[in-house]
Amino acid sequence: MSRFKTKFSAQAVLQALAAPALALLAAFVLSSVVIAMTGKDPFHAFFVMIDFGSKSDSQVWIINKAIPYYLSAAAVAIGFRMNLFNIGVDGQYRVAAFFAAVVGGALALPGALQIPVIILVAMAVGALWAGIAGVLKTTRGVSEVITTIMLNSIAGSLIGYFLAEDKLAVKDGNLFHTPEIPASSHFFLIPTTPDPIYGTLIIAVLIGLAYWFVLGRTRFGFDLRAVGRSESAASASGVSVRRMVVTSMLLSGAVAGLVGMPTLLNKSFSYGTDFPTGVGFTGIAIALLGRNHPIGMALAALLWGFLERTGLQLEFEGYAQEIVGVMQGIIVLCVVIAYEIVRRVVLRRQQSAVGAQLSARGADGGEGEGDDNGPGERDQDGKSAPSTQAKKAGTTA
Amino acid sequence: MSSESSGSSGAPSGAGQKSAAAVELRGITKRFPGVVANRDIDIRVERGSVHALVGENGAGKSTLMKILYGMQRPDGGTISVDGKFVQLHSPADAIARGIGMVHQHFMLADNLTVLENTVLGAERLYGIGSRARKKIMELSDAYQLGIRPDVLVEELGVADRQRVEILKALYRGARILILDEPTAVLVPQEVEALFANLRELKAEGLTVLFISHKLGEVLSVADAITVIRRGTTVASVRPEETSPKQLAELMVGSELPSAETRESTVTDEPMLRVQDLHLSAADPDGGRRTVLDGISFTIHKGEVLGVAGVEGNGQAELVEAIMGMSDPDAGTVTLDGQDISHAPTRERRESGIGYIPEDRHRHGLLLEAPLWENRILGHVTEKPNAKGPALGIPGAPQLLALKEARADAERIVAEYDVRTPGIEVTAASLSGGNQQKFIVGREMSHGPKLLIAAHPTRGVDVGAQAQIWDQIRTARREGLAVLLISADLDELIGLSDTLRVMYRGRLVADADPATVTPEELGSAMTGAATGHLDRREDGAPAEDRAQAEDRAQAEDRAQAEGDPQVKDHAQAEDGAPAEDDSDNSEGGGDK
Repeated sequence: MSRFKTKFSAQAVLQALAAPALALLAAFVLSSVVIAMTGKDPFHAFFVMIDFGSKSDSQVWIINKAIPYYLSAAAVAIGFRMNLFNIGVDGQYRVAAFFAAVVGGALALPGALQIPVIILVAMAVGALWAGIAGVLKTTRGVSEVITTIMLNSIAGSLIGYFLAEDKLAVKDGNLFHTPEIPASSHFFLIPTTPDPIYGTLIIAVLIGLAYWFVLGRTRFGFDLRAVGRSESAASASGVSVRRMVVTSMLLSGAVAGLVGMPTLLNKSFSYGTDFPTGVGFTGIAIALLGRNHPIGMALAALLWGFLERTGLQLEFEGYAQEIVGVMQGIIVLCVVIAYEIVRRVVLRRQQSAVGAQLSARGADGGEGEGDDNGPGERDQDGKSAPSTQAKKAGTTA
Repeated sequence: MSSESSGSSGAPSGAGQKSAAAVELRGITKRFPGVVANRDIDIRVERGSVHALVGENGAGKSTLMKILYGMQRPDGGTISVDGKFVQLHSPADAIARGIGMVHQHFMLADNLTVLENTVLGAERLYGIGSRARKKIMELSDAYQLGIRPDVLVEELGVADRQRVEILKALYRGARILILDEPTAVLVPQEVEALFANLRELKAEGLTVLFISHKLGEVLSVADAITVIRRGTTVASVRPEETSPKQLAELMVGSELPSAETRESTVTDEPMLRVQDLHLSAADPDGGRRTVLDGISFTIHKGEVLGVAGVEGNGQAELVEAIMGMSDPDAGTVTLDGQDISHAPTRERRESGIGYIPEDRHRHGLLLEAPLWENRILGHVTEKPNAKGPALGIPGAPQLLALKEARADAERIVAEYDVRTPGIEVTAASLSGGNQQKFIVGREMSHGPKLLIAAHPTRGVDVGAQAQIWDQIRTARREGLAVLLISADLDELIGLSDTLRVMYRGRLVADADPATVTPEELGSAMTGAATGHLDRREDGAPAEDRAQAEDRAQAEDRAQAEGDPQVKDHAQAEDGAPAEDDSDNSEGGGDK
């Protein structure tokens, strides 16, 4: 038994390394082909990217960019782990950031109090927005894919309605934005050179830790994953699937509510017409790329930031500006395909290992593979197995 | 539907003997990882005959037909068609040899017409225009299929769609037709019409091979019958020489378990008490349908209560009501003196119900998760899987004890002889029998007061079956109460201390497993006999009475056809443990 165990854990390590290696290699090759097809030198492009991406100001830029990406991916991944497809992270974080900005702009509490208030408002609004989809799914059976997409649209309209001068916004040149949050409520910065890293990085780290701990170590996490793997088995095991759907949508939405915080508390200090959009969709790609794994998603978020940063430089070097988008798409596809291939290979190996072991035991005289072993064997088994004897009787009929 | 009409089918029995058989299968064996679906199958199908293949759910009928239609390759054995050995690599090969198949689930495009569906994929034969139409009408007239070529398939009823499927096969030149459970979706009048079509086909010299478990129908239309049990052919009989009861015996196995020294462990302390349980379920067409009605029984400590019945008569619903997966409209469920009628599933599990589900893939396992995580499933709140709240603070998130759960998974694997390379492999990579042993081990590991075992040995190989039986017996000796639901009458008679028969959502009969015969149980399962079944009370006449009632029952049913409730249980005919032969339950472990 132990021999098999070590073999399988070695295999597990191999699997863990094989898939990403395969994916990166394939993505590298395919991207090179695409760049070459545009008539440019792919190797120079990679050189430019690595050279520019490793500069210290780029590093800061990439990390700051990766914070909301990571939070967004975590929000999506919570849904993924229980087979819910929350496409609405985009709407959730925008509505959440908007109302958090409104509240933050209206209050003038001490920072130590106001920052948590702003964050809690954002999480509550995000949870509420996602919760609508959860409730609709459990009570009316509406697919969360449909409702969250539609709620994205409604979120946009809702913000558009309130983001007007006579409503909740002030005019600033050509732009509208919510009143600025007082300076005492700005989140701290980590003093790095040449630019500071957003202090909201710790929010992302805490969410990552919580994600890992809750899903992997707690009863709630087990129940959630069980529902994701098999609703019927989870329900037979005592999980209330409906409650789990609503709870996980609320959680997903609450984390989605945090996505806007790095921008709001570290950069813009208000929600305006130029507040970043689309981060929720990026989160889907990053969750896929990071395999819903807390560390995998962190690496994926950084990779995404790296590509966006270096894509700007590629444009200066005369490469097509779409090249980065193409590379991002290629990477996601390669990762998804590579993991699926490796998963199938491993499953087949496991099955054949099980089969091999069974037939080995069968040869030793055990009753492997369900073959009929004749009456002698059964006598040893005890007084049981009446039906096989009956079958023999049946043959004579 | 009764066996009398079998004479009218006029078997051309003598003729086929000299010439080569239309289809001959010899020694067909098919293995799936960890499970043998077919073993040494021998079938000879005469040309121009209707040959029925009967057997229980999971007996391997569908796998065999897939082999004959080229969808699966056998691991051993030979297939010959019209006397020539053939290798069938794909359905296209089979079609080229004149074999056509009508699947249980129709393969038609709803938004195309009958004509378009027929020519789809066979455009080269007669084109897609007037030649095709002419051919279709020829076939329709020759076999009286009543085809309307320009009607959209979505406008057709089930019986018409089936005829289109038959037409498709004939259009492609089939001389041998395989019909997989053709009557499962039809009402009796449609069944008669289908059989008229089949006789027409036979008269034109075609060969029909059809799979069924409805024995009355088989006897009325087939010229020859082959019985499959546990993956192998156990008998070939002629309809005029047999009866539904005999066939049922062959299908499920009839010999009583060998006399075992059975000492009763039944105590007089009630463990599970169910009183006047009533449950209704929503119908697809919006109405409510009673699925459980007036169910009352008591299981004592150390007692195995067996529930016999044709599947679909409320057994699954009974289990769900006791497990808390569905909420009964009325009645009470009491476990060890505690009213749990409306308690959530998790609470019931915690208070000591162990559950071996009927469909282990859907209800018992997370197939994609490693074995040790499956060890936690269903017992996430109990030791050794649970560690209590985080940091010991009440109200904090409850933690899992991963190390202990892994260790205990190892223990189950060792103690219950689960054949696996380790606990890190996914549950899906184990064979059905080993999955089941793992589930049994898991459920037994929490000292259950009550074990609900639904078809505990279905799709399980012989060795595992014996082990599971032994484990149930051992636990019974230690005071466990067991609710056993099974389609295997031997299993029921061999394990139970008390037997009840379920029919249309009610417990209609009870019996003493020490004296009852499978035949008696069988007739109660069709509703033909009720009350206390006891052979010694009225001896042989009981059988006659049962048969007479059987017939009366069948007529009743034909009249009551409009009633959806009756329709739902229409498969309860014939005294056979008929089951829905759904694909995923076939050969439980072929994952």
